[in-house]
Amino acid sequence: MDMCKYIAKRLLLAAVTIWAVATITFFLMNMVPGGPFLSEKAISPKAQAALEAKYGLDKPLMEQYRTYIVDALHGDFGDSLKQRGRTVMAIITSKFPVSARIGGLAVLVSLLLGIPLGCVAALNRGKWIDNVVSVFTTCGIAVPSFVICTMLMYFLGVRLKWLPTFGLTNWKNYIMPVISLALYPTSYIMRLMRSSMLDVLGQDYMRTARAKGLAQFMRIFKHALRNAILPVVTYVGPMMAYTLTGSFVVEKIFTIPGLGSEFVGSITNRDYTVIMGTTIFLATLLILMNVLVDIVYKIVDPRIKLK
Amino acid sequence: MKKKLALLLCAIMVTGMVSACGSAGTDAPATDNAAETTADADGEDTADVVTDEAGAEGKQLVVQVGPDPETIDPALNSAIDGANMIIHSFETLLIMDENTEIQPGQAESWECSEDGLTWTFHLREGLKWSDGTPLTANDFVYSWKRVCDPEVAAPYAETVLGMVKGFDEATSGDLDALGVSAPDDLTFVVELSQSCPYFESLAAFATLSPVQQATVEANGDAWATAAETYVSNGSFYITEWVPGSHITMSKNPNYWNADAIKLGSIKFVLMEDSNAAYSAYQTGEVMMIKDVPTEEIPSLEGNSEFHVEPIIGTYYVSLNDEKEPFTDVKVRKALSLAIDREYVAGTLMQGTYSPAYNFMGPGWVDPAGGYFMDNANGGEAYISSDYEANLEEAKKLMEEAGYPNGEGLPTLTYSTNDMGYHKVVAEYLQQAWAELGVNLNVEVVEWSSFTPLRRAGDYEISRNGWVGDYSDPSNMLELMYSTNGNNDGKYNNAEFDAAIELSRSTMDTAERSAALHEAEDIMMEDAACIPIAYYNDFWLQSDKITGMWHSPYGYWYFMYADIAE
Repeated sequence: MDMCKYIAKRLLLAAVTIWAVATITFFLMNMVPGGPFLSEKAISPKAQAALEAKYGLDKPLMEQYRTYIVDALHGDFGDSLKQRGRTVMAIITSKFPVSARIGGLAVLVSLLLGIPLGCVAALNRGKWIDNVVSVFTTCGIAVPSFVICTMLMYFLGVRLKWLPTFGLTNWKNYIMPVISLALYPTSYIMRLMRSSMLDVLGQDYMRTARAKGLAQFMRIFKHALRNAILPVVTYVGPMMAYTLTGSFVVEKIFTIPGLGSEFVGSITNRDYTVIMGTTIFLATLLILMNVLVDIVYKIVDPRIKLK
Repeated sequence: MKKKLALLLCAIMVTGMVSACGSAGTDAPATDNAAETTADADGEDTADVVTDEAGAEGKQLVVQVGPDPETIDPALNSAIDGANMIIHSFETLLIMDENTEIQPGQAESWECSEDGLTWTFHLREGLKWSDGTPLTANDFVYSWKRVCDPEVAAPYAETVLGMVKGFDEATSGDLDALGVSAPDDLTFVVELSQSCPYFESLAAFATLSPVQQATVEANGDAWATAAETYVSNGSFYITEWVPGSHITMSKNPNYWNADAIKLGSIKFVLMEDSNAAYSAYQTGEVMMIKDVPTEEIPSLEGNSEFHVEPIIGTYYVSLNDEKEPFTDVKVRKALSLAIDREYVAGTLMQGTYSPAYNFMGPGWVDPAGGYFMDNANGGEAYISSDYEANLEEAKKLMEEAGYPNGEGLPTLTYSTNDMGYHKVVAEYLQQAWAELGVNLNVEVVEWSSFTPLRRAGDYEISRNGWVGDYSDPSNMLELMYSTNGNNDGKYNNAEFDAAIELSRSTMDTAERSAALHEAEDIMMEDAACIPIAYYNDFWLQSDKITGMWHSPYGYWYFMYADIAE
């Protein structure tokens, strides 16, 4: 019951947050110089006026804002101003699944590798395996993704010709983008897991458990892991939102038709409706993930009170 | 209990992931299926004979000529990326051949009335759309009117139809006022309000491609966003378009000249990143790439697969004529003369540009015949290629202007966006103009803010450039016309304007040519802008590709290409 009330409250708050995000984005993007219909070659004033009239950009800003919010509440996020003929909804629904598939795999990889390896490193603190993990995590966090992408592309794609360099036609295409996307979160989760595990292992109740003669396996899984995993859960929420919506760099290098490039592209193109659409979409996803994290929290640690 | 919770935790995490992946499968069946059906067409060897989903057999050519086009609706397109797709899927009344000469396209023959105001085009018999339905002169009437429709808001409407009778009424909403008609199915007549000596070039302009009324009306603007509704009349038709990934076109069996088409399909890979393109070229997955990483160029020189060809366009510097000290022609000329163009184009730009000693470079066609550049200034370049002598003269001019060694000159600001060689050129200008005692500040502006800044005259000196839409010299010379929307330097000279006006009205090709040459004489004498380099296209292409050509418009023509075994 508490949970339902809590979720309802959070969703209500979410609506307010999304409205605030939308409003701030709307006015900020209109304050930036430039516009969607400016190209290197000036088009005739008449054509310019016709375009602005067609998309309602000739109206006062407040009126544009009101129209946008009302339409958005009805589920109409408008037409792209640059990719003529495509609606913002169509762009998001066709591109998000592509990013989500690659991002989802990357999240899965990072959890499946990061959590166990982080634990293993903590349990073998100071031994060789711990050192290997710490070298790996330092590299994974420090090396930017475009370097990883380029190196993978060069070695696996161009030199060895093991993997195709572009497209998404079969499973081989997914390997390089997923590795590039997963490296950072994997390393980060390993680190989080390792340090919080070490923290937990030093707690009194762990000593008690050991004194009681519980087998190591039971100790780790039933007592340590559940407490140690909380920081990872906190991190995974927003990380999922960001990873699922795609990465500009990875998509550009591997020619993946995902949503990541729309975030950057829409801003440089001043494609107002797409900027709004993608921002609202990301904000919504982030909030949902955070709510999910809170719920998982409650399940993992019943002592936590959701307010 | 605890075990259950641990399991539940895992389950939630995994379902979170799986649902994300799962929704991918259900939400976008089109993308998924499309990706799978072409899976086998995507092998390592691009020259393989493949069968695409349309069942058309034949060789597939895989090329990269740019990123995802913003639009491929002929009326809406204003970019080269889009035009490259449109010329393969559509055909205009007239077309350009490999020598940039006008040839019959959908029209078999055409004539112009004595006064130059009525153009009559006779269509080929039995023309068809890619869906097999007949194409008639009425389709052209509809399509040309559509370009004027304020609801369509075509960016090039005025450029291509501004001289047609009733254009103003049509763009205000009365489409039927436009002077285009179809007396019968095979005859298309255009009436002009003022003569247009280069109207043939416009009749071959991609914006004026015919579009199918039924399709456009049934689908609205969205007709040009999906392969299923993109009905066309050219040598190829689109069978698949995955935005951001690729556009695949198959040979159009209904095209009048289909027998001459050798390829079964062309796959345009929509890559944005030049390094990605280069990787795909090296592995052989793509046989031609337009975006070659500039850092690879030194290693490619002398390679038969590396091509450099001119396009009609000039990289130039605009000086804001409304601001001191650029109001003084001597300062403008001095700045222009102090540039070593050979060094900029050959060394800094790695030979991917050519030094520009005129405003109008190679490829522009002289109305009196031949190339415009060959006849400019009596066949001699306006700016001498002797840099040392130029520099001496520049110093003298600065002295005459009252700024000996730059004394008394405020620090000047050069505005540019950061792309390609723009920053390199900016740094060079700092160096080069320092010889005249000029202190130059470089201001790098984000692209989308740069255009409005320049257009508003909110700068002192700025990078500029123009690539022609058609090869008539007026297309670029008009930039310096006092009221032109692209006259960023706010250049204003009544004599120049008079020469341009004469070129617009006269039907006599010799007189017109003379007027245009005079216009260039005047603007070069005034240093209305500082030409730096002529644009080239440079690309990598397998020697196996035969029968393709590249035009000075920046277009690649693959429709008659073949792949040698």
